[in-house]
Amino acid sequence: MHPAIQGLMTIVIGVGACVAYFYFSNQLVDRVLFPAKGPNAGRNINRANMVRPWLFLFPALFALTLYLAYPVVETLRLSMTDRDQGGAFVGLANYSQMFSEPKFWEAMTNNMLWLFVVPAMSTALGLIVAQLTDRLRWGNIAKSLIFMPMAISFVGASVIWKLVYDARPPDTEQIGVLNAMYVWFSGNDPQQWLTTPFWNNFFLMVVLIWIQTGFAMVILSAALRGIPEETIEAAIVDGAGPFQIFFKIKVPQIYPTIMVVWTTITLVVLKIFDIVFAMTNGQWGTQVLANYMFDKLFRANDWGVGSASAIVIMVLVTPILVWNVVQARREMR
Amino acid sequence: MDNIAGSKSSLSWAVNISVVLIVALWLFPTVGLFVSSFRTADQIATTGWWKAPFAAEQNLTLRTGSPETQVQDGDVWVIEGNLFDEEGVEPAPISVWGTSSRDVGAYAAGETAETRAGERVTVQENGDYRMEAPEQIEGRRGQRVFVTALVPPEFTLANYQQVLFSDNATDSMAKAFFNTLTVTIPATIIPIVVAAFAAYALAWMDFPGRALLIAFVVGLLVVPLQLALIPLLKLHLQIGIGKGYLGVWLAHTAFGLPLAIYLLRNYMAGLPRDIIENARVDGATEFQIFTKIILPLSYPALASFAIFQFLWTWNDLLVAKVFLIDATGQTTVMTNQIVELLGTRGGNWEILATAAFVSIAVPLFVFFAMQRYLVRGLLAGSVK
Repeated sequence: MHPAIQGLMTIVIGVGACVAYFYFSNQLVDRVLFPAKGPNAGRNINRANMVRPWLFLFPALFALTLYLAYPVVETLRLSMTDRDQGGAFVGLANYSQMFSEPKFWEAMTNNMLWLFVVPAMSTALGLIVAQLTDRLRWGNIAKSLIFMPMAISFVGASVIWKLVYDARPPDTEQIGVLNAMYVWFSGNDPQQWLTTPFWNNFFLMVVLIWIQTGFAMVILSAALRGIPEETIEAAIVDGAGPFQIFFKIKVPQIYPTIMVVWTTITLVVLKIFDIVFAMTNGQWGTQVLANYMFDKLFRANDWGVGSASAIVIMVLVTPILVWNVVQARREMR
Repeated sequence: MDNIAGSKSSLSWAVNISVVLIVALWLFPTVGLFVSSFRTADQIATTGWWKAPFAAEQNLTLRTGSPETQVQDGDVWVIEGNLFDEEGVEPAPISVWGTSSRDVGAYAAGETAETRAGERVTVQENGDYRMEAPEQIEGRRGQRVFVTALVPPEFTLANYQQVLFSDNATDSMAKAFFNTLTVTIPATIIPIVVAAFAAYALAWMDFPGRALLIAFVVGLLVVPLQLALIPLLKLHLQIGIGKGYLGVWLAHTAFGLPLAIYLLRNYMAGLPRDIIENARVDGATEFQIFTKIILPLSYPALASFAIFQFLWTWNDLLVAKVFLIDATGQTTVMTNQIVELLGTRGGNWEILATAAFVSIAVPLFVFFAMQRYLVRGLLAGSVK
């Protein structure tokens, strides 16, 4: 069967099955199990109302539990077993093996570097652009163009930036913008930007910053618009300059939003995989955790160490998870 | 606020200029790829894409007419003609030329060169040449002439032809395009249906444990996908789904659910209470309230999520690699195809650029057409 037809059938069957499930299970509760008539009508209505939320929730909860909650536990278990020994329990052996690998520490250091640079740069640039475009007549067009990389896949972005970083042999014409400018200004030989250890990390980060700045800008720009005008007017009356207004009046008021943007980008950074995979595949000292894990899983076929590194990512995410849950609970009150 | 004291016009100029610069900087890389996808391999390799709109100096290797066409003129043998006509190349003004590949710029247009065989060659700027030899010229092919000519800008659709319609399996994006579409559409629609019902229950039904469930969803929102890979792949292999479309649809559906439930619940909880209570008083069942009132009112939130999920599944590489693409490679998606092209065709920018642009075009279109909903969804998801 052609996959496209299969896809169409899946939509029809999937959506149809969902709707049918919701419809018929409702009918079952209302008509058969707890009919709202006869001697027990009142009690039945109450019971039906107790059951119904769970009917509505069941498919989603089932999928969430099976596809997201269970894997956390299972990965934790797998990280303490060895596949070669038939899945025998080996305690923390996988972890100690992982901690003794220099490649893991390289990934860890790089991830920390990403964690410092990318959220900070994206948020700062996003904030600057949001402020600059705030009162421009063509601000919306500018914002929309800076926001555009959000729609481009990490892989597509990697190709785009690989062309920017392209290096040709010395004395031939450079077709990568960066080297063309570098040779033009400095007169030196062109550089292999992606294979120069340590600094190549930053050239990879630029790609993610390029993508995430638009996201930060959109959210921060909405927050800037939400600042009460009176506070700014009062500051102007008191003689504050534009920079004072920005740093002392505006930024403190949108501080919670800055935190939200920061943590959201942090989450993206912790899971960054595609860019490194497509541009350097972790060579030349650019390994990151998610790519290290992919290597272990699908190249080395070592599910134990692979799971252990996934758990490391989970541990790094946990503080944000807790913060989010606490925040959400506070809002609901 | 525009005319308030403190906003000087000089500052406003500075703002305008810096925004123009930032926008240009942000667009520059993408435009580069776009322009490159319309250039030939030669053009890309010899000049930067930013020079594409201008005429460029190019080195061409041309040949004079073959010795068969020589005529005797007095005591010399002569071959005459136009270099561009001989090769069927678009004429371009020649600046310098040469007869040896080691020194392609030895002579200016109009000068006369003497080859090792003793022939005297003259090449004019327009490509007309005259080759004279004291004796009959031997050989079957004409003399090679290396010219440096100013070639006008030229754009081609041949790359798209190659990438979209050629039979070459490694370059072809057509199959990958349809595969991506096949993954994306069910993976966008199904989670919406599942999540909408759950979101309604979490927003408007009272039951014990509701707050806990919401916290559960918020927690799952940030669980890294990486943790799900091995356990789910094992599960899929055990229950016989294996690697394939069904597996990737299920995975995308489940991974999209937390955001879907979260966005939709927040939106639904903000709908006016009166409408729902009136409907209840009028005897509508919960199912009717949901399908006839809540769902149509939640359209903006549904659209927001649909765009997120569409962009995410279309652009995804990891989930497809783990749950979909098997050893046969028949089910490859565009992102994976591009990564493989990066490996095998790393230097062929005309193929890479075009392939990347084919995969980027659809999300970009969706982005510009439905940006409003995307922004709204982002704001609902993070600003509180």
